[in-house]
Parts: sequence; C-alpha cells; structure tokens
Amino acid sequence: MALALQQLINGLTLGAVYGLIAIGYTMVYGIIGMINFAHGDIYMVSAFIAVTGFTLLAAFGVHSVALALFVVLALAVLFTSVYGWAVERVAYRPLRGSARLVPLISSIGMSIFLQNLVQLTQGARVKPIPPMITGGVDLLTVDGFTARLSYSQILIVLVTVALLAAFTWLIQRTSFGRRQRACEQDRTMTALLGIDVDRTISLTFMLGAALAAVAGVLVTMYYGVIDFYIGFVAGIKAFTAAVLGGIGSLPGAMLGGLIIGLIEAFWSNYLSAEYKDVATFSILILVLLFRPSGLLGRPEVEKV
Amino acid sequence: MLRLAGVHVHYGPIHALRGIDLSVRVGEVVTLIGANGAGKSTLLMSLFGQPRISSGSIVFDGEDISRLPTHLIARRDISLVPEGRRVFPRMTVLENLLMGAATADADHRETELARMYALFPVLRERLQQRAGTLSGGEQQMLAIARGLMARPKLLLLDEPSLGLAPLYIKKIFHTLRELNEEHGVTILLVEQNAHHALRVAHRGYVLQHGRIVMSGSGRDLLASAEVRAAYLEGGQRSAPC
Repeated sequence: MALALQQLINGLTLGAVYGLIAIGYTMVYGIIGMINFAHGDIYMVSAFIAVTGFTLLAAFGVHSVALALFVVLALAVLFTSVYGWAVERVAYRPLRGSARLVPLISSIGMSIFLQNLVQLTQGARVKPIPPMITGGVDLLTVDGFTARLSYSQILIVLVTVALLAAFTWLIQRTSFGRRQRACEQDRTMTALLGIDVDRTISLTFMLGAALAAVAGVLVTMYYGVIDFYIGFVAGIKAFTAAVLGGIGSLPGAMLGGLIIGLIEAFWSNYLSAEYKDVATFSILILVLLFRPSGLLGRPEVEKV
Repeated sequence: MLRLAGVHVHYGPIHALRGIDLSVRVGEVVTLIGANGAGKSTLLMSLFGQPRISSGSIVFDGEDISRLPTHLIARRDISLVPEGRRVFPRMTVLENLLMGAATADADHRETELARMYALFPVLRERLQQRAGTLSGGEQQMLAIARGLMARPKLLLLDEPSLGLAPLYIKKIFHTLRELNEEHGVTILLVEQNAHHALRVAHRGYVLQHGRIVMSGSGRDLLASAEVRAAYLEGGQRSAPC
C-alpha cells in the first residue's frame, strides 16, 4: 500500500516533467504539422544551463535555494527560448513549403548537432550537482516501508500546475493565443488578416522551448545528475506522451505525460526497472496502431 | 484606388492569368464574372501575393503592393473575404471577429464590433458559438464581418453567394449594396452568379481562360447577348433580387 502510494507520487512527478516537454511537441505540431525532434535536446541544453548556473551561484556564495532556483529558471528560460528561436529560424523556416518529411529530417539533424555541441563543449561525462532541496513529508508506513513526499516533488508539481494554468490562459484568452490558434487552423487566412505568421511560429517555438527549459531545471534539481544524452530519451518519451494524449491537444499532452510517468513508475517497481522503456514505447506503437488521434486529439481529417 | 496592369500568374507550368488590366475606382462596386477555372480566385489571391505575380504591377492607393509580404498587404486598407469563407472553425464567432482586427487597437475593435452587430444581428446572438457549427449563410456573414473589422476601404469578395440558400443570397447582396452606399466601402466582387452580381455592380469584367474578354457597365453586360448566353441563360439562373 505504502509502496503503491510512493510509486503514485513518483509517477506523477515524472509525468509532470514529461507533460511540460510534451506541450512543446504538441504546439509545434499543431502550428506547422511537424515533429520537432530537436525539442528533447532543448530540454537537455536547459539542464546544462541549470548545472552551470547552480554551480556558479554556489561559487559566488549564493546559499538561498529559492533565489538560486529563481535566477537559474530565468536564465534557462531566456537562453533556451533563444535556442528555440534559432533552431526554427535556421533549420525549419527555410524548408517551409517543402514536403512534410524534409523538416522532420532536418530536426533529427538538429538534434544530433545539439547533442554533439554539448558533448564537445561540456564533455561526455555525467555532471552531478549536490542535492538542493532535501527533506519531505512522511505520509504512510506499512510493513517498514514509508511513503514519502519530498519537497522537491511538491515543487515540481506546483510549478507544473502553475505553468499549465498560465499557459492555458495565454492560449485561450489573449490576443497572442488567438493568433496562435488561428495559425493552427488556417495559416494563409491568418496572413490575409494581417498577421505575421512567421513571427507567430517563432514565438510558438520559443514558448515550447521555455517550458522544456523549466522541465530541464526541475529535473536537474530533482535527480542531480545529467549528461548530454538525456534529451534524446526524455524527448522520445515526451513525444510518446504527446501522441498518447492526442498530438495538437494541450490538455492531451499533459494527460499523456502523467499516464506515461505513472506507467513507468509502476512498471519499474512491480515488473522490471530495466525494461521500463519497453513499456513506454509499446504504448507508442499501440496508440499509433489503434488510436492514432490519441485520447483527446481530433481526427486528422476534418470537415470544415 | 486599385489598378492592375499586365498581370501574369503562373502555377508551375500553368499560365493562369495572361495579362490582366483592371481598375477599381473609389466608391465603385466592380464585379468580375467568369466560369469555373477562368482565374477569378487566382486573381484575388494574387493581390495578396498568394501566389506571387510573375510580371505586371498591382497598385493600391498609389503604392505598388505586388512585392510586399502577404500580411503587410493585408494591413493596408484592403480586406479579402476568400472563397469558401475560411472562418476559423474551432474558434468562437467573437474570436473570429476579433481576428479580423487583430492588428488594431482596443477602441477600433469595440467600435467595429458594434457596427458588425448592427449589420449582422444574427452574429450577436451566436458570439460564443464555434464558427464551425454555424450554417453556411451565417458563416458567410461572419466571413464578411471579419473582413470588415479591419475597416477596409476596399473589400474583395470571392463568390459570397456560393452554395447558399436564396434567402441568404438576397441578404448578402443587400448588405453589399448597403456597405457601398451607406458606409462608402469600395467593392470588388468575384461571382459565378452573374445575374445578381451585375445588378449590384457599377461596372463589370468578364474573365475567360485568364484573360479579360469584355468589360463595361453592369447594365450593358447584363444586356449583352454574349454574357447572357454564357453566364445567364446557359448558366445558373436565380430569382431576381
């Protein structure tokens, strides 16, 4: 019982992170119909910015965890937004209007480039940082096992919920959100109404990157170790989450993330930790086979 | 106000427009009629650079707009109500209207919203409804209202009567006349429904295989034997306004 509760907590925490990354996939897919495979690496870049940031701040004698976290989050969001913008500008915009497969290949190239860039400049070794937020709340003890909700888990869930609320408001209620949704539905018509579609697409990439940046910082803080390869695996899992939720759907991305996180947590605990990735990717295959539009997505073909 | 000179458009190997000369003066209603595939929609879309013209010039309000990006052309005082309406189906009626004035300030938006409610009372009743759930006629009104939200001096319409019930067709042509006479909007109207279009227009052009083959006042074209044979008696017939 306590063990199951613990896995539920772990799964939800992990799922929140996947969900944050998945939103970037789903938004980019919504607006230009392409899977941005470099998105996971943007998350990885953010994790490196976090490690560098935390280390530097500690060296300068900043010991307030809240302050350090705030500064690093701001830096990571800023830098990765620029990355997101640059990736779109360099690798995708020149290919707009070409066949669907072309920007997809370009995004895989971009992903490999970013991984190698970080490997070259930061080294291939795993980078650790000391745990920043320790402690937690003991919830339940059964047969000597105590389910524990750590403060960093609480932080991850709170930040995710807050971001999700802010994001939903941005998309549903603001003028930028209207433009963004209009571009999703009919790009030519949106341009005919005087809206700079390229700019809207750039902003979408930057927003997706900013959310991945927050995920990167949170994960660094939570696990304490990162390497240049984490973007690939997390990226594919978040992509699976986006597909499971229904690609193009924001609530779907979050729901997909939570489900994947929970499945991973329970699978590792009750079946086999080595094969947890098998579970995730089996889901990807099953969803693609039997329900390609996902849980909350709408079918590709739509009568307008 | 709008002048096209020697406009050619190619879609790959297809030569869609072959030297179009056309002008619209301030305050006019001008119609462009022609059969399916004559190049009418291409002509309207090419005014916005979709596709780009391969030669010739498009001058609007004294400025050559043929090389400007689409969204900058749309920020001039010119609005297009495209073929098939193209309302944003998963946005509400209100959101669609607001998109029409997305680059304007709040004052402008409120004024124009009020004007649209007066022109199209049915839209006001459906503000929070998704545009995709409206009937064809309602969608057409929404598309026109969205085009008007930017307060254009020149309104371009591509087959606004296509696929609509006679009652809506009547309503739409009535609205166009009202816009022109009372609100001072200059109109360029592309239509297959030549009968209605020529009755409401001051002048008309007939487009055939990418060329203008005839032009004149609405009344003259309506009386012309060739137009009657090609677009009225042989073509669609509809109840008079």
